[in-house]
Amino acid sequence: MSYKTRVWFLLSVVVVGALLLSACAGPTPTPTTPPPPPAKPTEAPTPVPPTETPVAEKKQLEIFSWWTTGGEAAGLLKLFELYNQKFPDVEIINATVAGGAGFEAKPALKARMLGGDPPDSFQVHMGHELIDTWVTTGYMEPLDDLYKQEGWDKVFPPGVLEIVSYDGHYWSVPVNIHRSNVLWYNKKVFEANGWKPPETFDEFFALAEEMKAKGITPLALGDVGIWASTHLFEVVLAGTMGAEKYKGLWTGETDWNGPEVRQALETMAKMLEYVNPDHSALSWDQANDLVIQGKAGMTIMGDWVDADNLAKGFTDSGWAPPPGTKGIFIALSDTFGLPKGAPHREQVIEWLRLVGSKQGQEAFNPLKGSICARSDCDPNLFGPYLQSAMQDWAKDTIVPSLAHGAAASESWVTMINDVMTAFVADRDVAKAQAGLAQACKDAGVCK
Amino acid sequence: MRRLSWDYIFAFLLLLPSILAIAIFVYGFIAWTGWVSLSNWDGLRPDLSWAGFANYAKLFANARFQIDIRNTVVFTVLFLGACIIIGLGLAIVLDRGIRGENFFRSLFLFPMAISFIVTGVTWRWLLAPGDPSTGRLTGINVLLEAIGLPTSTWYTDPKILYIQPTSGLGQLLHQSGLGFLTTPNFGIPVAMISVIIAATWQMSGYVMAMYLAGLRSIPDELREAARVDGASEWEVYRYIIFPLLRPVTLSVIIILGHISLKIFDLVAAMSKKGPGFATDVPAYFMFETTFQGDHYSQGASIAIFLLVTVSLLVVPYLLYSSRREVEI
Repeated sequence: MSYKTRVWFLLSVVVVGALLLSACAGPTPTPTTPPPPPAKPTEAPTPVPPTETPVAEKKQLEIFSWWTTGGEAAGLLKLFELYNQKFPDVEIINATVAGGAGFEAKPALKARMLGGDPPDSFQVHMGHELIDTWVTTGYMEPLDDLYKQEGWDKVFPPGVLEIVSYDGHYWSVPVNIHRSNVLWYNKKVFEANGWKPPETFDEFFALAEEMKAKGITPLALGDVGIWASTHLFEVVLAGTMGAEKYKGLWTGETDWNGPEVRQALETMAKMLEYVNPDHSALSWDQANDLVIQGKAGMTIMGDWVDADNLAKGFTDSGWAPPPGTKGIFIALSDTFGLPKGAPHREQVIEWLRLVGSKQGQEAFNPLKGSICARSDCDPNLFGPYLQSAMQDWAKDTIVPSLAHGAAASESWVTMINDVMTAFVADRDVAKAQAGLAQACKDAGVCK
Repeated sequence: MRRLSWDYIFAFLLLLPSILAIAIFVYGFIAWTGWVSLSNWDGLRPDLSWAGFANYAKLFANARFQIDIRNTVVFTVLFLGACIIIGLGLAIVLDRGIRGENFFRSLFLFPMAISFIVTGVTWRWLLAPGDPSTGRLTGINVLLEAIGLPTSTWYTDPKILYIQPTSGLGQLLHQSGLGFLTTPNFGIPVAMISVIIAATWQMSGYVMAMYLAGLRSIPDELREAARVDGASEWEVYRYIIFPLLRPVTLSVIIILGHISLKIFDLVAAMSKKGPGFATDVPAYFMFETTFQGDHYSQGASIAIFLLVTVSLLVVPYLLYSSRREVEI
């Protein structure tokens, strides 16, 4: 072997060796390593006072959410602004994934969490979505100490505390409350025709006939990605069977094969006769545009419509509980928690402190178009719709939302979404009811 | 001899990194997915206990998956058919030396450079049905209304076109024991046509380029000889050109076939699962069931199903072409 060849050989061995080493370091398939076992509650956050000498390492805070449009984005940026007023040296990374109800964001979040790369804190719906997806699987840290320090166990209503806790610990900080059962209409159109928002399904269908005769689409629906149909269905379910039986659906006490579910499906099928023909190509805000333009009479959607109306400068909006749901408040809430292994734990604790504070919630919620999860916010900061929602929140029966993660696990909701996808197209009540009953069984709730 | 073996080792060492990378990142993860598909991993936390083929049994019994298989077959057949007919047609026209050939060739090839997401978003806007009763229209429906034609609502139409059992053909099929063909399981979902149009728009230029290369490689002498023998222009194509283009057609079928079996991005950007699953495909179902429903083992079994169907298409082709290389 000549000298030249030997040099070349040596060189290539070094290069290949280096490549091998880097290859070995990289591709450990992370999903195989199960996440660490749940931390003991005693290990819960010991917060660090904010006035620390600056560390050489750059401070960051990555917040993951699906708040990208109008009021919700404005609310989030307002929270960032407040945070940076207190901690000017922290760089906030706004990790958002667009898409209504988090349908695109949640898969992205799961991929990151399973891959061992959690964001510092992420938006998650209060209820089963938080508990079944993240808490029982051991991905979150409990926040008991933070709750005690901030006195949150006194300022959040008992109903909310019950939903964010599991196994005797608190797992996330609710920033807002939304209502899913709201019927939105255009006041000008209603006044011009002498219409009143319907209180029963019979009134609803009578009004729908009148609207149809006038060339107005009675009910605007934008169910691209199907969740808006599931949302409509939860409202019809609650309106048909009342609060107690509706709650029983999620514990297995109300029979999915029973007559109330069938009646709800029949009502829903009839409602679908009155929606815009292109509903499966529109999103919820595009459906709301039809109401704003007076092309559609009503839409049944959560109260984030209020923020959408404000952002679009529409002031003639009217609201009422949808048929049969007067006195029922179908609730959902966005919360933030502390994932295990969050890269900037100290900054997250301060973020959670802000999110749960009176200052934070009073700044965020009027922009987002939701009410405070705390019970001590000043109503005068809120617009007319939200003030009425605050009054209802105080006196109505609170039930959890299906389409937005509060009532059922994500896996169950996905199965119900599949039933709805078929039902919206074929309107086959018997098939849909059988599918819903099977979904309850597959979710492990019904026997 | 000694020199040769040093060469050999040297070459091997150079190849080793990419061999290892492919072994881990391609075959390692395929094996991992296969293992997950045979496990009980349901829910976010990994559970790799053995489940056997239960996930596959459940998958094939799933009504949504059965619809997906029908949709994939419909999509593949219509998409390939349309691309081949349009691509071949364009290639023949360009091959005849029309003026501005370079311009048209680039024009038709250009859509291929766009991502399926962009195509999907654009065609969604073009084909969205709007609502003619309130005059809210976009894209082609504006044109259709301007010339007084009824507007198109395919895009959100949950209807399935199939042979009606009561029709003449349907009764004939029933009598010959093929009654199962007269069910929606063997129909064409109307909404799927929109997705097929968008996919065809994107890929037919590429098919044209392949056929054009094929046409250019056919020696002029063969056509001349046929013409001297008195063949008409049609006969030249029928007996000389088309048979010589057969290898190109095979390549086109393989390349477009594996795109259409795995299609996800176009569907996700356009209509997602569509009304009544009219535009749902296995890859989209895999995405939803895995990352929204947390049914990881079921998602993995769909992935393996897709892998097997694609390899049914690709492996015979690879065997065929490697055997041909040996012959040559």
